[in-house]
Amino acid sequence: MINLKINNIEVSVPEGTTILEASRANGINIPTLCNYPDLGIKAECRVCVVEIEGRRGLSTSCSTICEDGMVVKTNTPDVITARRTITQLLLADHDVDCPSCPKNLNCELQELANRLNIVDNPFDHVEFPQPVDEDNPSIIRNPNRCIKCGRCIEVCREVQGIDVLEYMGRGVSEAITPAFGRKLNDLFCTYCGQCTSVCPVGAIVEKDDTDLVFQAINDPSKHVIVQTAPAIRVSLGEENGMNAGTVVTGKLVSALRALGFDEVFDTDFTADLTIIEEGNELIQRITTGGVLPMMTSCCPGWINFAEQEFPEILPNISSCKSPQQMFGALAKSYYAEKIGVNPKDLFVVSIMPCTAKKYECKREEMQVNKGIQDVDVVLTTRELGKMIRQVGIDFENLKESEFDAPFGITTGAAAIFGATGGVMEAAVRTVYEVVNKEELKSLDFKGLRGLDGIKEATVTLGGQEVKVAVCHTLSKARILAEQVKNGTSPYAFIEVMACPGGCIGGGGQPYGTVNKIRSKRIDATYNVDKDMPIRKSHENPAIKSIYENYLEKPLGHKSHHLLHTTYTSRNKN
Amino acid sequence: MLEMKLVSKRCGVIDPLSIKDYIDNGGYKALAKALADGKEKTISEIQASKVRGRGGAGFPLAIKISSVAKEIADVKYLVCNADEGEPGNFKDRYLMENDPHGMIEGMVIDAYLTGATKGYIYIRGEYQKAQKIVETALEAAKNANYLGKNICGAGFDFDLEIRSGAGSYVCGEEFALLESIEGKPGRSRVKPPFPTQKGLFGKPTQINNVETFATIPVIILMGGSEYQKIGTPTSTGTKLVSLCGNVRNKGVYEIPFGLSLREVIDKLGGGVDGGHKIRMVQLGGASGPIIPESMIDLSIDFDHFDVFSAKAGSGALIVIDERADMFEILQRIMEFFVHESCGKCTPCREGNLQLLKIINRFVEGKGRKSDLETLSILTNVMKNTSLCGLGQASPTAIISTMRYFPDEYEKRLAKDEM
Repeated sequence: MINLKINNIEVSVPEGTTILEASRANGINIPTLCNYPDLGIKAECRVCVVEIEGRRGLSTSCSTICEDGMVVKTNTPDVITARRTITQLLLADHDVDCPSCPKNLNCELQELANRLNIVDNPFDHVEFPQPVDEDNPSIIRNPNRCIKCGRCIEVCREVQGIDVLEYMGRGVSEAITPAFGRKLNDLFCTYCGQCTSVCPVGAIVEKDDTDLVFQAINDPSKHVIVQTAPAIRVSLGEENGMNAGTVVTGKLVSALRALGFDEVFDTDFTADLTIIEEGNELIQRITTGGVLPMMTSCCPGWINFAEQEFPEILPNISSCKSPQQMFGALAKSYYAEKIGVNPKDLFVVSIMPCTAKKYECKREEMQVNKGIQDVDVVLTTRELGKMIRQVGIDFENLKESEFDAPFGITTGAAAIFGATGGVMEAAVRTVYEVVNKEELKSLDFKGLRGLDGIKEATVTLGGQEVKVAVCHTLSKARILAEQVKNGTSPYAFIEVMACPGGCIGGGGQPYGTVNKIRSKRIDATYNVDKDMPIRKSHENPAIKSIYENYLEKPLGHKSHHLLHTTYTSRNKN
Repeated sequence: MLEMKLVSKRCGVIDPLSIKDYIDNGGYKALAKALADGKEKTISEIQASKVRGRGGAGFPLAIKISSVAKEIADVKYLVCNADEGEPGNFKDRYLMENDPHGMIEGMVIDAYLTGATKGYIYIRGEYQKAQKIVETALEAAKNANYLGKNICGAGFDFDLEIRSGAGSYVCGEEFALLESIEGKPGRSRVKPPFPTQKGLFGKPTQINNVETFATIPVIILMGGSEYQKIGTPTSTGTKLVSLCGNVRNKGVYEIPFGLSLREVIDKLGGGVDGGHKIRMVQLGGASGPIIPESMIDLSIDFDHFDVFSAKAGSGALIVIDERADMFEILQRIMEFFVHESCGKCTPCREGNLQLLKIINRFVEGKGRKSDLETLSILTNVMKNTSLCGLGQASPTAIISTMRYFPDEYEKRLAKDEM
């Protein structure tokens, strides 16, 4: 242990602890800006400086390791002046358009200025206007609000391994931008949105589509329905001031009804449907010598990544649409027919943890009726939070209610789609029983759960040992995709999720998503599963009924038309 | 004689393109001696000389060599900082253009002592002539087996390569320089770890400037105890100074530490031209303090320069006579730093621009009273919190002029602010 003094308090910390960590562990909350849990130490913003006896100048507490006998002061006049001055410098070179910024009241710079009691600024505003990039359906980059903390670069490079953002220029004309100042959609951006999740200010945000939804709701000629992804029910609580990991399924349904949606449905239904189609596809590939390993197709960030960087392995990707798009396709065919509404007048909204879904719903392949999007608008968890606040719903005190039929009866297998490993576990539950014609002894595949980057398991199918793998983050996906491309993959089936932790850690989830919070959302996800009366997709009676009444059979003609899709090489080199 | 030519003794005497000339004038004898004496004795000679780095901070050279020597790694690097970008400084260029083998010999000896097998000479992009001369010298040294495999049959290998800068001032900062060699944008790193532990490509790295390496052969041939008699007790040996500005005989002079600034300006520099009077002198270059004429009896050594936050190691002396407008000088300096800040840390990226904006007002006689307080706060914050030497030192000229020429600031306040 290392013994030191912080603000005259004797502190004992393990070797390798930074002054920032040691201070926080002892109730001294040093402000930070470029620092983000789970990401590396950058020490660029210099906001977290402290005074260390015997050292010249001030030291950044985020990057300075505690030493024996150190005497640290975190609140001397010099320290306070430095933090205030640095924050004022940042504010002078920042579009201080707070009231009209999407990050208003959710902005770390604003919070810092407030905390440091900054009420004026001696520095002149820096005029260096740069164009805003809104040329893609998912993400808006406004460099005029950027404070150059570098978090977005780091998450894109280190976590996702995509690396589309970089510092350009230097000094005050330094900017964070896609290479050569191009637009995100000119490059290999997958729209995963992890950059929007870590940006401390409003420089990278999801495209806000809430007004489109309000318009549709208020349009009497539209029948407006909504589907909610499995991961929303374990994260929306945070948007409304509740603890991470609170399950809010019933309140979510009530809130959507209160917002004025005509019917509130559950994407879990089409998650179950995905398992049936994808499970059968896997069995077919294994038994007929099809292309293996098969890779999942639920995650649009992953699909973008594969189409852009691994066109060679597109035949390995399941032809199943994602649950969101299966829902959209059924809504604009089966459901529209059933309620007698022209698909043109049916408006389908998705609540997703994801920014890439905004791109996915605009794909030309996702139109059962030519020229009409199956899913009209995708909102992130954060956007739904905004709508709830805008209309003044007291979320925490809402009564719980149930999803509407026919897309409301779901299983535990669908619920776990939101966590990394969940799709695989759900698939195994079904494929095992279908192939082996015997009941699984335990439904819990603990080895497929949790935040390890790549997880493996072996399943016995028809007397054969089959290896499966699960990965999350695109840097891990790249490793498994390389193996597939090289023909060295030892697996039969691979689940890929682009975001760390899976959808519960998606780019559209509430701000402040760090591993601690991811774990809580994951725990909540498996609690939802545990409490469900049915935990296997093939036992969902509503799924059985839709095959009987409409789809006929898995991988059948109708399924093929509605529930399956194709992929295209989109190599941008 | 005020001058004392040890490191620069061959400059202007030999043909820098001829290794034969260098050898005929005592070149590569120090290497032979070091190889004969062995590592331990050679390091102890350097230690006895008390020589300090000639780049800026004045870190004792023997400590640096020893710490790299004791590091265990599959590869260690030696890097020569020849990115002399500090305005007013041109002594390393002088050495490279006139006696490139002095630096190379120093590096070969150093590699022998530290176990470094690969070295880079990072030469400022604008120094095209120096790059060509050093390139020729490296070629000759390789052919003569002073570089390459089994150097002089002593059983050690060392290779040297030139890396050209691309015009960035901050690449003279050691971490930014290492990043640049690695092919990345020149931006400083968080320390620790220091280069001696984790430097170039994450390997133990010794980084010193041209003059420091060129001093090593001098020390070895003279002996550490003799060398340390030159100069002052804490700043031993000789120093190359770049004398420029409003002075008659501009140029590079090698002097023993301890001479006064006035002696150098008046006796070596021949005083100010045109019968004008010295008003102020900037020490060390654009990032150094500006002191008034009344203080130029100052001794040139690390301790006395340190009082003013000046870097004696860099050796630039810029003489300014009474014709110059102080604020125009500060304006040029700040324009330079605004242009050269890498942008990585907030105080330097944003601070230099704000300093310039304020100084611009004083140039026009429109200073605000509140500017004085803002200047004093901001300069202090930049000095205390910037990531690397650039932002820590860029406000030095303003800090020093506010201290020594407060009246000038008062005179340039806007009329309604007085």
